[in-house]
Amino acid sequence: MKASTHIDETVDHLFRHEWGKLVSVLTKLFGPQNLELAEDVVQDTLVTALSNWKINGLPQNPSAWLFTAARNKAVDALRQQKRKDEFSKSITPLLQSEYTLAPTVKETVNTNTIDDDQLRMMFVCCHPSLSTEAQVSLILKTLCGFSVTEIAKAFVTGYDTIEKRLYRARQTFRENNVQFELPAVADLDNRVEAVLMAIYLLFNEGYNSTNHEDLIRNDLMNEAMRMCELICRNEKVNHANAHALMALMCFTASRNDARLDKDGNILLLKQQDRSKWNRALIETGVFHLEESAAGETISKYHIEAGIAYEHAQARDYQHTNWNNILHCYNLLYRLYPTPVIALNRAIVISELSGAAAGINAIENIQQLSSLKNYYLLPATLGELYWQLKQYDKAKTYFEEAITLTQSAIEKKLLQQKISQPV
Amino acid sequence: MLIFESEITGKAPSPQQMQEIMGKWMSWIDKLVKAGKYVSGEPLLPGGKIIKGNGKTVTDGPFTEGKEIIGGYFIVNAADYDEAVALCDDYPDYERGGAVIVRQVQKMDMPA
Repeated sequence: MKASTHIDETVDHLFRHEWGKLVSVLTKLFGPQNLELAEDVVQDTLVTALSNWKINGLPQNPSAWLFTAARNKAVDALRQQKRKDEFSKSITPLLQSEYTLAPTVKETVNTNTIDDDQLRMMFVCCHPSLSTEAQVSLILKTLCGFSVTEIAKAFVTGYDTIEKRLYRARQTFRENNVQFELPAVADLDNRVEAVLMAIYLLFNEGYNSTNHEDLIRNDLMNEAMRMCELICRNEKVNHANAHALMALMCFTASRNDARLDKDGNILLLKQQDRSKWNRALIETGVFHLEESAAGETISKYHIEAGIAYEHAQARDYQHTNWNNILHCYNLLYRLYPTPVIALNRAIVISELSGAAAGINAIENIQQLSSLKNYYLLPATLGELYWQLKQYDKAKTYFEEAITLTQSAIEKKLLQQKISQPV
Repeated sequence: MLIFESEITGKAPSPQQMQEIMGKWMSWIDKLVKAGKYVSGEPLLPGGKIIKGNGKTVTDGPFTEGKEIIGGYFIVNAADYDEAVALCDDYPDYERGGAVIVRQVQKMDMPA
């Protein structure tokens, strides 16, 4: 019993992260076809650990404790399941003979190749046969140790929706005989791209959603960064785009503590107290941005990281280098000519050349009508007309924006704009 | 002696909930240790044996049949039941159907 060891001082999210490691290793052992069995064994291992640790205190090396327990439980589970024909066919012959079973489990279930195993698990989760939504849910379930309830909460959707999504994904692994391996070199770029996209979505879900409390939001962002870091530090898949995405996430997350005031209201970039920005994260971001320059390609992550970098570097709002940012948006628009990017570009133009120029840029957006339900369009127009002192027009736009957002916190922000003194 | 009895519920906690439960236990033990109340404790595995009668018949105890299982115990220093019960204020598992059984260990102070 080590009385002074506080679990939160030892490792935040110890159980979640050990869950991810154990599921990866056991999926390597059982094969992705038996993902559910792997998760059952891990759940059982963690429950056993908890009932022991809560009385005995944390062991010196919780990870080693868990891996030993998981090995024993895996051997038991295999002995039980082996009698079923179908299961036997899905596992390696080494696990079928009682002679080689225990040594094979011992050989496979350890922490020696844990980074690699988690990376492989990531590629399994982002298998091309799955939808992006399923990929993100699977990453959260298997690698991040979220329960179905927690995933449903994160996506503001029902328990059954997530449960079905995961069920179908597991079925796909069986039907397509998905293997636990890194993609072939020829496929690597595409497969990494899919993984990065899932991580990017995970991060944005955390960053953009104002529907739920800070806790989940930060968890999602942290998990996305943890996953991306695994890719960044693996030599086999080390990829310039992964570094670019990592840089983008670092810069964005560095503003977390400054985004809301103490009553939970959103603070815009202009209003944020920049001394609250996390300098250490910005430094990490700069490191990854430099690493990302090693590649020959320029991805949207590079450009978005470039924009986030300019904001992170400016000592205050007035010193923002809008010229560089406009340059980034021009590049981004060339790669992805979408109305949303054009809208963001128009905001930069208004910073450089005034509100009237901004409105003009918005009016010239191609396919502007596709943004008609996007609350940031009227919110931006309201802001710009307010700057031009056309208050009635501005208020009409703010009111329109209020009807288009579900988020209470955003509605409140817009309401404040309407009632601000002229 | 504090004996911890937990109810076997259908749904296992998620890793994050386990983290929270663990955190609460650690701070409870920490508090008992700092107050000089904690003596020792052990977790108990489910299951067990009962040996009974002249024939010394060995049976599997009714340890897993019931809804409640004994998960472990602490020995603590307490002057009386009131104090022992008060020490259980921070026992973390009440909300998950857990209970604490408080028993007094018989001690006889013999002259040296």
